[in-house]
Amino acid sequence: MNSWVQAGGPQNDIILSSRIRLARNLAEVPFPTALDISGANGIIDRMNEVRSEALGDKYKLYKMSSISQLEKQVLLERHLVSPNLIAHNSAGAAAIREDEVVSIMLNEEDHIRIQSILPGLQVKRAWELANEIDDIIEGKLEYAFDENWGYLTSCPTNVGTGMRASVMVHLPALNITANINKILHAVTQIGLTIRGLYGEGTEFVGNIFQISNQITLGRSEEELIENLTGVTLQIIEKEKEARNTIINSNRIQLEDKIWRSLGILKNARILKSQECMRMLSDIRLGVDMSILNNIPVAVLNELMIDTQPASLQKIIGADLTPNERDTHRADIVRGKLKEL
Amino acid sequence: MNCEECGKKPATVHITKIENGKKTDTHLCEQCSAFLNIVVPKNNIVINTSFSVNDLLAGLLNSGGMLPIKVGFVQDVKCDICGLTFSKFRETGRFGCSSCYKTFGERLNPLLKKVHGNITHTGKVPNKAGGRIKTVRVIERLKHELELAVKSEEYEKAAQLRDKIKELSGSGRGDA
Repeated sequence: MNSWVQAGGPQNDIILSSRIRLARNLAEVPFPTALDISGANGIIDRMNEVRSEALGDKYKLYKMSSISQLEKQVLLERHLVSPNLIAHNSAGAAAIREDEVVSIMLNEEDHIRIQSILPGLQVKRAWELANEIDDIIEGKLEYAFDENWGYLTSCPTNVGTGMRASVMVHLPALNITANINKILHAVTQIGLTIRGLYGEGTEFVGNIFQISNQITLGRSEEELIENLTGVTLQIIEKEKEARNTIINSNRIQLEDKIWRSLGILKNARILKSQECMRMLSDIRLGVDMSILNNIPVAVLNELMIDTQPASLQKIIGADLTPNERDTHRADIVRGKLKEL
Repeated sequence: MNCEECGKKPATVHITKIENGKKTDTHLCEQCSAFLNIVVPKNNIVINTSFSVNDLLAGLLNSGGMLPIKVGFVQDVKCDICGLTFSKFRETGRFGCSSCYKTFGERLNPLLKKVHGNITHTGKVPNKAGGRIKTVRVIERLKHELELAVKSEEYEKAAQLRDKIKELSGSGRGDA
């Protein structure tokens, strides 16, 4: 199975990835926020048994207490753990499948958070995958479930299905044409929410947004996914319209913007993080609109991750100051684009 | 770009907030963001703690929507398992354990209604923990199929479905 970084999947020109996250808790054990360290380790041990008995050796367990801060942040930048897991929680852990499509977080806000990410618009497929893994885990452990309230979660905003379905979308043309705020506003009016690249409380960079369901109780998983997919298809249409408008009215300006960004990425010696993300967004748009050729989307995804602070420092193998990061970032981008 | 607070150091912390559909951007240096209580872990991954969902939930719980309080709801209740009281939950917006839901019971409905617009789960039911409800859902689905089978005059299929429903209804009663 392809990880989202490798790209592909339906509507991959606008939709980077589709993700499902299921929040699950064990019956009769306090939630992680109220659980002491031995209790939290108990959760990791039980899940580790499930892993070896039922999930197979494709999953590797990472305990947050035994990996470095840098490694944690690399996992975050690859969307395999949440900011919450690495920020507060020394008792946290994650079982990550080697293809990076599935990640099971332990002792985050809930005991178990199953996550599946696929490239392109395939929320339903991501749900089927997470659902299968959920069944396997439930076969071995006793979940906290109530007939009326569904899956019981630490925070009342997740109760019911415990499911957050999200799509990572790239909307440069809606941003250029100043329509993005209208879309963001409309989406929040219909039970969906918009977040930055790394989830709740993170910034919007490189014209990339995460759209997900807000409501988890009173609708079935299928309904929530249909709603999200339906809205996403409409946003895709709007983005395509905006792209057409720009190409018809300002083709030369658009081409100029994209080629300039490519020129800078291929030649710059210093690249700020935001600047880099902005230009990668231009290149992605250029590739999608066939203005640029021979740049695989997978390379853009890799660059987007490799130029983040922690991944960058891991590649270089040293702690770097912000200024040092900017020069190494420029080196990495130049090197990668030269290979093509 | 320089920090919007001190105007001297380069801004390396960038925060985007959406409130009531309105987007605001703030750009700060690490020192000023630390001063403003925005947590910036090493290596520059930003997590904004100045606003949390749970503050918002606590606000909802205390916004008067919980009223009118029925007789018997006046006294505070405490979860036997984790010790969380309903008044504490109203402050934090976070449960201590799954038993809190049962303990707080109907008191949660106004909050859930505000957050989700609903108070009853209609999604997936787990195989083991689902118990009787799982069977009930299957029976509902089979009844629907039976109706369709009768309508389209597939009597053989209808008979099979009817037997299956009978069988499940029997076992359901046994479980309860």
